[in-house]
Amino acid sequence: MSAPAIQCDVAIVGAGPAGLGAAIRLRNSGVKRVVVLEREAAAGGIPRHCGHPPFGWPEFQRILKGPEYALRLQQAADAAGVDIRTETSVVQIEPGPMLQVTTPAGPAQIEAARVLLATGARETPRSARLISGTRPMGVLTTGALQSMVYLKSQRPFMRPVITGTELVSFSALLSCRHAKIRPVAMLEEHSRPTAWRASVWLPRLLGVRLEMNTQLIAIEGNDRVSGVLVRRGENSVEKIACDGVVFCGRFVAEASLACMGHIDVNPVFGTPVTDQFGRCSDARFFAAGNMVHPADTSGRCWHDGITTADHIVQSLAGNLPSPNNAIAIESAEPVIRYVIPQRLSVDPRPAKDAALCVRFSSEAKGTLHLKVNDSPIVSKRVRARPEKQVAVALPDDIFSSKPKRLKLTFEPSC
Amino acid sequence: MTAELNSPPVSEYCEPARQTNTSARQLCDVLVVGGGVVGCAVTRRLALAGAHVILAEKEADILEGASKGNSAILHTGFDAPPNSVEQGCIADGYREFLEIQSRLNLPLVKTGAMVLAWDHEQAARIDAIVAKAHANGVKDVAEISTDAARAQVPALGTGFTRAVHIPGESLLDPWSTPLAYLHQALAHGAEFLHHCEVHTGEFDGNRWRVATSQGELQARWLVNSAGLYGDQLHHQLIGEPRFRIRPRKGQFLVYDKSANQLTDTIILPTPQETTKGIVICPTIFGNLLVGPTAEDQESRADASVDTATLSRLKSVGESIVPGLKEHSITGVYAGIRPATDARDYQLEADSKRQYLCIGGIRSTGLSAALGIARRAAKLILGDQSAADTPDSIQWPSVPQISEAGQRDWMRPDNGGIVCHCELVTRREIKNALLGPLPARSLSGLKRRTRATMGRCQGFYCSAELSELTQGHLDCPLGI
Ligand SMILES: Cc1cc2nc3c(=O)[nH]c(=O)nc-3n(C[C@H](O)[C@H](O)[C@H](O)COP(=O)(O)OP(=O)(O)OC[C@H]3O[C@@H](n4cnc5c(N)ncnc54)[C@H](O)[C@@H]3O)c2cc1C
Ligand SMILES: Cc1cc2nc3c(=O)[nH]c(=O)nc-3n(C[C@H](O)[C@H](O)[C@H](O)COP(=O)(O)OP(=O)(O)OC[C@H]3O[C@@H](n4cnc5c(N)ncnc54)[C@H](O)[C@@H]3O)c2cc1C
Repeated sequence: MSAPAIQCDVAIVGAGPAGLGAAIRLRNSGVKRVVVLEREAAAGGIPRHCGHPPFGWPEFQRILKGPEYALRLQQAADAAGVDIRTETSVVQIEPGPMLQVTTPAGPAQIEAARVLLATGARETPRSARLISGTRPMGVLTTGALQSMVYLKSQRPFMRPVITGTELVSFSALLSCRHAKIRPVAMLEEHSRPTAWRASVWLPRLLGVRLEMNTQLIAIEGNDRVSGVLVRRGENSVEKIACDGVVFCGRFVAEASLACMGHIDVNPVFGTPVTDQFGRCSDARFFAAGNMVHPADTSGRCWHDGITTADHIVQSLAGNLPSPNNAIAIESAEPVIRYVIPQRLSVDPRPAKDAALCVRFSSEAKGTLHLKVNDSPIVSKRVRARPEKQVAVALPDDIFSSKPKRLKLTFEPSC
Repeated sequence: MTAELNSPPVSEYCEPARQTNTSARQLCDVLVVGGGVVGCAVTRRLALAGAHVILAEKEADILEGASKGNSAILHTGFDAPPNSVEQGCIADGYREFLEIQSRLNLPLVKTGAMVLAWDHEQAARIDAIVAKAHANGVKDVAEISTDAARAQVPALGTGFTRAVHIPGESLLDPWSTPLAYLHQALAHGAEFLHHCEVHTGEFDGNRWRVATSQGELQARWLVNSAGLYGDQLHHQLIGEPRFRIRPRKGQFLVYDKSANQLTDTIILPTPQETTKGIVICPTIFGNLLVGPTAEDQESRADASVDTATLSRLKSVGESIVPGLKEHSITGVYAGIRPATDARDYQLEADSKRQYLCIGGIRSTGLSAALGIARRAAKLILGDQSAADTPDSIQWPSVPQISEAGQRDWMRPDNGGIVCHCELVTRREIKNALLGPLPARSLSGLKRRTRATMGRCQGFYCSAELSELTQGHLDCPLGI
């Protein structure tokens, strides 16, 4: 690794909506050398292979399919003078900041004044769900299914089952339809769909059986999937014949660079620890998009990229408060999946539109309290569902002095 | 833009690639049946000694049986039964592996291992473990203080009372290693037949005539290294075997790369009669394994996993190394040991019928294979065959895919990355689909490159892999 390092002001890892949104904003704010590093052959992130709407409303005031949206983002970045380098994988982050990358031509190094990590999120595959059974071909996540169907016109199976009823499960349905794949059934463990209640109409419209209270417990088949075992209710186990399984959702942050590097990662959420500026434990690194809150819509990730870009501009100008004066938000509630940011840096300036973003791991009804030194300063009644983000607005002076303790609690109502 | 897709009939899914009929083949010196690690090592040793060898494997690729899923530890044999065939083969195999490893471009990481005792009963066995190791010639095995053990692996949980250090236990690449053995054999004139199942055979006093799924083969000697099917094959060829295979499954959890920092030493429990117990083991690919279980079962083929056992493994792992809780699981798998009722390997030559059976190579075969091969060659070819490797031989090198050496992505003009999690290059994928032993299945491709074995399990790379492998796999990714 001897070639001289490439120098830039801000290096952005990941050319998805968050990374490109940030890059465009940085350029428009006068930052000169903005380089986006993307490991795929084209910029655009996940939308590149989501050949269905809705994308693009907040950004372009249009409803677009994923690939059209990705193309527009990339064109906007080009027009803004962003230096996008595709087929460039960041393999390691180091203090400096210094990035070790590899390209088809070989390894290289990139030095930047600031780094933005915008590497997205991925779905939980079969292995990490510890599902029983054999390990045949034809067991995929939605992301893998989509890229096969939309990018390569290939079909991994003809009659799969689809698991889960998150939003992304409906993407799986649409992707199947596009490729003339006919799912045998859509399985949901719980008694109501994870996404909105009305979503049950989509499988019905497409002629796919939606089976509630049905849990996939095992996969059968040698070379390819021959069927799955499902548990219905308490103890009835049944076999469904099929030739594939799509595991949808249960997104986790694609935070391996942070996990393997010097940046703090919250062990429970798997996301990098950030403050209200999107700043990591190494204050020259920032994070935005799905890797901070897996998983959101592209519009929100794009918006998060823009907000974080504004903070990076301030950071470059030396206007952000010291990161050393930060306090962690404690939250030991099992129902709280994550809260963002996880730390607050003390900042004498009035906080504008400051909010905590809270996500729940299961359905819950009750009151969220943010407690400063054990007395609640903000309370919010919530009816939470796992896929829904809850924003808790913070008072203007929240950051002005350093409290001893900051704690987020949840009080269930009956 | 996406092209129209149309659906092929289901029956076209898995059409095995045909190869030339075997009937045209001449008489060979030795027919080795079974392309596990043992068969590959035996084929190599015999070919190096100048014999004309054919290796017949019923599956599309080598390593589809017991050798598919193991812990990938190069054992010293410190806990093998003293004076057993197994112990001798492990010692010889270990020695030869160290000699040839770098010439075949095979990685080796000398991690060392620790045996920990977690209760009184285990603690009481520690002295015997050290004594046995010494009796087996593994002289550097010694008890260390619990503080020293903790200094070596600070992530260890509390509660163990005694610890033994085995400096020689090491990690190897479980797939490239046998692949390299076979590559070297091919370079010395051996032949490999895939999809070639041996059904029956007859020895006419001079030669074997063997009926296979690819027609008849003829050989002077026949070696049965059929692993999990060794007793069945013996029955088909010779008659009642003296041993019965008792398949014993072992399930594993594979943790993500970040967990690898928890230990750079193999953590072994106090060994028991039937099993080495649950091991926490770094891998040469930079992950961390927890496993295997020891589950007796009827099936020789069923390597399925189950939620309850995997969850139990998770809690056992977390009790030994509590920090595992903070790391994610990226893979699960199971392997099946060709165990028998006997406590030793079943190595048996019938020189009248020119038949050698290598059976019951249960849980140490990866380490012992080269040693087994030496014994096999000696039994078949006589004493001079086991002489040390001559200088004139060829050393083809296999691609280096472990984290112990330079990876292809670190080199110029690698063609770019296809599998981002495991950093597998386009060039590596293409190479694995070509050459004398190309991958013909997705699992074969995984073993040669690590593609799709990382944390995303194909979320990002399935599509591109499907395209790159078109026309190469018996069972294609896209249909
Ligand atoms: C199947 C599916 C369907 C969806 N449908 C919709 C929809 O209809 N509407 C909607 O609004 N949203 C949808 N989403 C969500 C939307 O795609 C995401 O919210 C959005 O793409 C997240 O943007 P991001 O920039 O944070 O991450 P991503 O889009 O995931 O981009 C991250 C980028 O980082 C790159 N990267 C990662 N690691 C490295 C590295 N080490 N080096 C270099 N590059 C790296 C990746 O290759 C990727 O291009 C869908 C998501 C999925 C999975
Ligand atoms: C869970 C587990 C963990 C282990 N850990 C370790 C370890 O850390 N270190 C170590 O040294 N060892 C380990 N082992 C042991 C090691 O994996 C085995 O000892 C070894 O793989 C046995 O190899 P084999 O060649 O005898 O059998 P196999 O690999 O089963 O090979 C036999 C081959 O013969 C083929 N075959 C069968 N019948 C026919 C026929 N009629 N015609 C043609 N082909 C046929 C099969 O398809 C198969 O490919 C472990 C094993 C397991 C299961």
